[in-house]
Amino acid sequence: MTVSMTREQGLELLRQMLRIRRFEERAAELYQLGKIHGFLHLYIGEEAVAAGSIPALTQDDAVVATYREHGHALVRGTSMRSLMAELYGKATGCARGRGGSMHFFDASRRFYGGLAIVGGGLPVAVGLALADKLQGRARVTACYFGDGAVAEGEFHESLNLAALWKLPVLFLCENNLYAMGTALARHQSQPDIAGKARAYAMTAHTIDGMDVLAVEAATGRAVESIRQGQGPCFLEYRTYRFRAHSMYDAELYRTKDEVNEWKQRDPIALFQQTLRAAGLLHDEDEEQLETSIAAEVTDAVAFAEAGPWEPVENLTKDVYSRTVGDQQSAINEKLNADR
Amino acid sequence: MNITYREAVRSGMREALQRDPRVFLMGEDVGRYGGTYACSKGFLDEFGPERIRDTPLSESTFVGAGIGAALGGMRPIVEVMTVNFSLLALDQIMNNAATLRHMSGGQFSVPLVVRMATGAGRQVAAQHSHSLEGWYAHIPGITVLTPATVTDARGMLLTALEQPDPVFIFEHAYLYSMEGSLEEGSIAVEISHAAVRRIGKDVSLLTFGGSLWKTLAAATQLAQEGIEAEVVDLRVLRPLDHDTILTSVRKTHRAVVIDEAWRTGSFAAEVSAVIMEQAFYELDAPVARMCSEEVPIPYPKHLEEAALPSAEKIAQAVRRLLR
Ligand SMILES: Cc1ncc(C[n+]2csc(CCOP(=O)(O)OP(=O)(O)O)c2C)c(N)n1
Ligand SMILES: [Mg+2]
Repeated sequence: MTVSMTREQGLELLRQMLRIRRFEERAAELYQLGKIHGFLHLYIGEEAVAAGSIPALTQDDAVVATYREHGHALVRGTSMRSLMAELYGKATGCARGRGGSMHFFDASRRFYGGLAIVGGGLPVAVGLALADKLQGRARVTACYFGDGAVAEGEFHESLNLAALWKLPVLFLCENNLYAMGTALARHQSQPDIAGKARAYAMTAHTIDGMDVLAVEAATGRAVESIRQGQGPCFLEYRTYRFRAHSMYDAELYRTKDEVNEWKQRDPIALFQQTLRAAGLLHDEDEEQLETSIAAEVTDAVAFAEAGPWEPVENLTKDVYSRTVGDQQSAINEKLNADR
Repeated sequence: MNITYREAVRSGMREALQRDPRVFLMGEDVGRYGGTYACSKGFLDEFGPERIRDTPLSESTFVGAGIGAALGGMRPIVEVMTVNFSLLALDQIMNNAATLRHMSGGQFSVPLVVRMATGAGRQVAAQHSHSLEGWYAHIPGITVLTPATVTDARGMLLTALEQPDPVFIFEHAYLYSMEGSLEEGSIAVEISHAAVRRIGKDVSLLTFGGSLWKTLAAATQLAQEGIEAEVVDLRVLRPLDHDTILTSVRKTHRAVVIDEAWRTGSFAAEVSAVIMEQAFYELDAPVARMCSEEVPIPYPKHLEEAALPSAEKIAQAVRRLLR
C-alpha cells in the first residue's frame, strides 16, 4: 500500500483516534466508580470516522451529532477538560453540566449537539445549511447519525429537502450494523444505505469506516464538492461498535465471535500497522503519544473533579432569554411564596 | 407473592399472548434484545418472530400500523420504548387512534394497547426525562392508565386488551425494579376508579404513577408529626374518577396534587379544577400543587432532584397548607 501523507499528518490522525479511545476507556472506569451517571454511549471501535472526517471541515463549518458524540467533540477541538467535566455534570462542563454524555455543545466550534432523539439532528442540519445558503456563506454543515436513523421519517424528509433545495449539508451515516439490538438486515428491507441517498438524487458513497485514510479522503472530496455549490453529499461509513450500546446490555443480539472478528479490524491497530509499514511510526513515537494522551486524560479528570457544581439557584436559568425568563421566574416565585 | 414491576408487566403480556392468538407485541428491541426494560425477555423464543416483532426506529409508522392491525381484527400491544419517542408518533395517536370511532360514526373500533416508559429521576437529561401522560390525558377517544403497583402493572394490561378502544399505559421507568406483592389470583383489574392507598383525615394527597411512592413516603413522615394524610392513587387519568377525589376532599377539606410534569398546563391543574368546580365550598384552603420546576430536566443529580417533586417537598407543601 502506498501512503501519501507526511509523518505529521499520520501521527495526528493516530493521536486523535487514541485520544478518543483513552478518554472513553477512562470514562467507562469513572462510570463504574459512580462519578458518571445516566447513559454513556461509547464510540470505541468507531474512532476512525470522527478522526478522519472532522478535519475535513474548517472552523466555520458546523457539526450536528448524536448521543454517541464524545469523539466528534474531541476531534472538533473542544477541550478534553470541558468534556470530562460535562460527563461529571459540573458547571465547568461544555454545557454547564446540564446534559452530560449525550449532550455536548460548543458554540465556539459550531458544535450543535449532542442530540439524543434518533433522527432528530437531520432536520436541524438542513436548517443550518439553509441559513448559510440564504446568507450567501460557503459553509458546510456536517450531520452525523447512525444506521438506526435511516428508518425514521425525518431521515427521508431531510435528504429530500436538502437535495431539492441544493443545500450544503454533508450527511455522515455511521453504519455500525446495529441500532441498539437490532441488526441492519432486521431493520432495513434494502440494507444499501448509500443507495437510498442516491434515490434522492444526491452523490453518495460507502466507505470502509475502519480505515481512517479512506475516511479522510472520501470526506475531503465530499466537503469540497459541497463547498463548490454542488448540493448535499452522503457518506456511509461501515464501522462497528466494540462495546455495549450504552454502559450495560446483555448483547444477546450478536455473538462474541462476530465482535472478535471486527476487533481484528480495530481502526487504531490497523492504522498503526500502516504507519509502521510506511516507516512513519516507531516505538518511541507511540510511547510519546500514549504518554502525552495519558497526561491529557489525567489532567481532564483532575479538572472535572475540581470543578464546581452549578448552584441550585441557576436551575431555571437559560430556559428562556432574559426578558421572557424574568416573567416566568416572577410567576414561579409568586407561586412558590403562595404555596 | 412478591415480584418486581418489570416481572408483573412481563407476566401480564405473557398471559395475554398465551390466551389470545390475536395478541402480538411489536416495538423497538422487544425481541432479540428482550425489551429495553427486559419486559419481554424470553418472548421471542417462546412465541416466535411472527408475534414478537422487532420494529425499525419508525415510531410513527409502527404505532400507526398498530392502529391498522387493530382495525383489521388483531389485538396489538405496541411498545414505544419511552414516552420521549412517542412524540414522533403523536400524529397517529391523536389524529387516527383517538378519532376513528367517532369520525366513522361508530363504524370502526381501534382496540389497540400502547405501552411506554415515562418519567425522570435517572439522570438521563432533558430529552429522556419527559412526563407526558397528562398531555395524553387531554385527548378524548383514548384511555390513559398509570399503573403504580405491581397488581396494576399486570392487571391493567389484561383489562386494556379487553377494551374496544385504544388504551395507553404509562409505566414509570423508576418503578421497573420495584418489588411489590401481587394480589393473589389477580388477573384483570377494573380501570374505572381511583384507589385510596392510605386513609387519613387531615389532607388529601392526589397523585399517580411514580409519584405515588414519594407521596406515601411523605405521608409516613407527616404521620410522625401528627398529620394524617389520605393518599389517592388516581390510576386512570382518562376517564378520570371524580367521585373518589371529591369524596376524599369532602372529608379532609384540603388537597395537594402531586404530578411529576411541569406545573403549567399539568394534569395537576385538571385535578385542581375538578375540585374547585365541584367542592369549592368544602375547602379550608386553596388546592396546592407539587409539580416539577419549569425547566428541561438537567443531568446532574443535585439539579435533577431540585427540579422534581420529592417526599420532602411534598411533606413541606402539606405543612404549608396546614399552617
Ligand atoms: C426516536 C428515538 N427512538 C428510540 C430511541 C432509543 N434509542 C437510542 S439509541 C437507539 C439505537 C440507534 O441506533 P443507531 O442510529 O444505529 O445509532 P448507534 O447507537 O448504533 O450509534 C435507540 C433505539 C431514541 N433515542 N430516539
Ligand atoms: Mg447503529
